[in-house]
Amino acid sequence: MNRSLFLKIASALLLFGAWEISGRIPVSFAFPTFVESMTALFVIIIDGSIFVAYADTLQPLLLGVFISTILGIGIGLWVGLSEKFDWFISPIFIVMQAAPLAALIPLLIMVYGVDLASKVFVVCIMAMPVIVLNTGNAVRNTPISIKEMGKAFLGSKKDIILKIILPSSSPIIFAGLRLGVSAGFIGAILAELKITPTGIGDIISYSRSVGDYPTMYAAIFSIIVLAVIFLNSLEKIENYLFKGNNKGYISD
Amino acid sequence: MSETSSNEIAVSVKNVSKNYGEVEALKNMSLDFPKGQLTSLLGPSGCGKTTLLKIIAGLLPASSGEVLVNGAKVTSPGPDRAFVFQDFALMPWASVIRNVAFGLELRGVNKTERESVAQKYISDVGLKGFENSFPHELSGGMRQRVGLARALSVNADVLLMDEPFSAVDEQTRRKFQEDLLNLIKVEKKTFIFVTHSIEEAVYVSDQIAILLPRPSRVSEIIKPSGFKHKDVDSIRKDSEYLDIVDKIWKSLRTYVQ
Repeated sequence: MNRSLFLKIASALLLFGAWEISGRIPVSFAFPTFVESMTALFVIIIDGSIFVAYADTLQPLLLGVFISTILGIGIGLWVGLSEKFDWFISPIFIVMQAAPLAALIPLLIMVYGVDLASKVFVVCIMAMPVIVLNTGNAVRNTPISIKEMGKAFLGSKKDIILKIILPSSSPIIFAGLRLGVSAGFIGAILAELKITPTGIGDIISYSRSVGDYPTMYAAIFSIIVLAVIFLNSLEKIENYLFKGNNKGYISD
Repeated sequence: MSETSSNEIAVSVKNVSKNYGEVEALKNMSLDFPKGQLTSLLGPSGCGKTTLLKIIAGLLPASSGEVLVNGAKVTSPGPDRAFVFQDFALMPWASVIRNVAFGLELRGVNKTERESVAQKYISDVGLKGFENSFPHELSGGMRQRVGLARALSVNADVLLMDEPFSAVDEQTRRKFQEDLLNLIKVEKKTFIFVTHSIEEAVYVSDQIAILLPRPSRVSEIIKPSGFKHKDVDSIRKDSEYLDIVDKIWKSLRTYVQ
């Protein structure tokens, strides 16, 4: 068995073991054991209710993450290339990143209603700032000599952006994407808890209100697993696209 | 310089000045680079040698004056010039072959054609077998060989080299200089070579332009001739070689802090 797989399994066992033990003590009557939670997860998988829930939750989540990625990298690129645009746009995203989102949700509801639009908006507000700011930083810090190289070998402005600046920025852009996507997951659940209870947010708030804590933790666990899978595939895509940029940071 | 007729001049720098705000990096500099020869720009740091090279490359605009390459005025980088960078300027995400072929890729040459050209120059610089390696897997010297192969593969008349060997170790550097001499014999290109190493300049050059700072100017042009026909091993022992090195150091030493 290779070492990194062994370490991963050991790390998971340690975490779940600690969970099981603190559930058995119990730390709180509202904190179920690992086994209880997994059983509850199994039940909602068998009766299919978790899939129905994800059909709801994934809509704003995927849409929001998709919009944030495209728009975020685009705006970030512009921010990195133009100082004026940077001055004009960056403060908006810095404010967005620092704003207490939960407190602003009523405002969003008044403007965009209680449907999909508001939820997509919440995901975007969570995900986009870090993508924009990271991309902007990375683009600004592209080594001057490889940009000069592109110019010296007759690259057009478009060539230099697409073939030099973007690939060169990709490690930091992807780091921003990972952070942005994780924030997007939080945003999606936050939207379902604060706007209208649908999907996974509905399972969480309903099971909490009836005291069915194992199911509540099963839902939370499932969203974390989904986020981890998503982030791992993002890293796979990055390694595939920009092979030489990967000089041995954490990867499977 | 005056006796060489203009059709033998590959690059001509005429009254070029360059100012960065208040600072005068170059002042009214004129210099001719004969076709098919290697000319070194040698001088202490701050004498504007890299600035001059980048103006010839078209990467920096001159504040006044003009640069002619084969009689045409330089306004931007062109297909007649290729650049070798001090820090190699390789793309870490691209394999050796893609890096070498990149100049041709930017010119829209199709993949099979540009890779076969790149392949030839990869073997010429001694990197056969490393086509699919990535830059971080290569040593410093090998990385600069990639940079050199990239510059050769676009088949420009003029090769501009900005302290190409300054970031590699002494032994690699010696090997490089010997290889460069052989390359000049084969390639028949005009080389403009920036360096701060006196020995290196004397070793590889047909003509050495000594640049002095504040204000930046060409103080002297030296043309070593006596040892050029000798093979690479005996040059470093040649008495003319040693005399020129000594003479240049005497004229430069007062400018080095």
